[in-house]
Amino acid sequence: MAKTIEGLRYSESHEWVKVEGNIAVIGITDFAQKAMGAISYVDMPDVDDELSCGEEFGAVESVKAASDLYSPVSGVVVEVNEELCDAPELLNSDAFGNWIIKVEISDPSEVEELMDAAAYIELCNKA
Amino acid sequence: MENEEFLRTALYDRHVALGAQMSPFGGFVMPIQYSSITDEHNAVRKAAGMFDVSHMGEITVTGPDAEKFVNHIFTNDVSGMPCGGILYGMMLYPDGGTVDDLLVYREFAPDSYFLVVNASNAGKDYEWICANAEGYDVEVRNCSDSWSEIALQGPLAEKFMSEVLCLPSAAALSFYTFCDCTRNGDNLKVSRTGYTGEDGFELYGTHDAICRIWDVLLESGVAPCGLGCRDTLRFEAGLPLYGHELSETITPLEAGLGMFAKVDAKEEFIGRSALIAQKEAGLSRRIVGIELHDKAIPRAGYPVESGGVKIGEVTTGYRSISTDRSVCVAMVEKEYTALGTPVEIRIRKKVFPGTVCKKRFYATNYKK
Repeated sequence: MAKTIEGLRYSESHEWVKVEGNIAVIGITDFAQKAMGAISYVDMPDVDDELSCGEEFGAVESVKAASDLYSPVSGVVVEVNEELCDAPELLNSDAFGNWIIKVEISDPSEVEELMDAAAYIELCNKA
Repeated sequence: MENEEFLRTALYDRHVALGAQMSPFGGFVMPIQYSSITDEHNAVRKAAGMFDVSHMGEITVTGPDAEKFVNHIFTNDVSGMPCGGILYGMMLYPDGGTVDDLLVYREFAPDSYFLVVNASNAGKDYEWICANAEGYDVEVRNCSDSWSEIALQGPLAEKFMSEVLCLPSAAALSFYTFCDCTRNGDNLKVSRTGYTGEDGFELYGTHDAICRIWDVLLESGVAPCGLGCRDTLRFEAGLPLYGHELSETITPLEAGLGMFAKVDAKEEFIGRSALIAQKEAGLSRRIVGIELHDKAIPRAGYPVESGGVKIGEVTTGYRSISTDRSVCVAMVEKEYTALGTPVEIRIRKKVFPGTVCKKRFYATNYKK
């Protein structure tokens, strides 16, 4: 059973969002890292890139495949987690403890559209 | 699950019991990985691993015209081939496109050949062979359902063959030869072949016989390996996969496999004149290796570019497990195929610089 964290919001494409003021901290869920297997590369956007909700912003790669990342919110990228460039496997060891990008939220209502932990668990159980 | 519509090999229950991740491949549901692709890959490179490759197709060609007929449909030259010999090559369409790549075994019985073909092509191959047999005194049989197969691969494969399976005659085989042997009453066909770039063997037998071999090898510590690492291993060794580096629209010359198409030594085979014409006109594209200067991973289908213009496409790519480099093979326009040519690969939104290199990324360790 993949773990979830209460208080985070979740997308159907298996990203998690933690809201800190007007910033969305975005990562991939434990369910996603388990499905990927050993992660060998994380492709991240550049700071100042403008993302719209649902837009592809990068990818997480394992030996066998690349899995696209989709932004759960619209906004401007304010920070990327450089630590993942040299240590992508951190996403396997702690998916919720290692964020990928931080986005300045342009439309807070998009956050409300995302799932809570209970709804996300239901989604994973159906997969 | 949707896997119910796919065939199962005789080893299916064993894969499930081992906790393998199962996925459809070539009409069968096959193990992709048991533990991890990386661990299984390294087991084959450093010790020994075994693969259930029972999905592969087996077709026999027998009869007075067998040699002449195999030479008609096969690019390599079987004339004068000794019993127990094996050749790799392709079957081609008249336009030079590839029907399939395959191994041809010259059986010990007279006028008898054993063809091992890709699972996904077995039905098409059988029909193709039969359709071209008119006028030849041969019998063609698709006996894929009767055979199971295990590939035992890695530097310790020979040791397991002699000490655990107690098959000294098989352990003494040289590269690309085979023998028929018996183990505890089971008849086996064993060849010194594989698809990993390492020394190793492929064992063919009845379903029950192959299940027994699997159990013995598993108990003695051979790592069960899935199709995931079979692909990373064959890729590093520069071996083609049908549907990627070879296809109905890719000729052996374009795939860099011209040495297996005996255009000069043989007077006739299907597709020969197309290959001659292609040689004379000069290739317009060819498979090359490309190494990226970045950790980003090129994947099949990604565009290869030069100065922002598309000049080709990746056919297979990985972060190579044995060399820890981001590398791929790609079909590119001829003028970009020279070693050292700078090219770029578009990976999602970014373009990464790379250099054309040899398509064999790992030095193979065959027992020649």
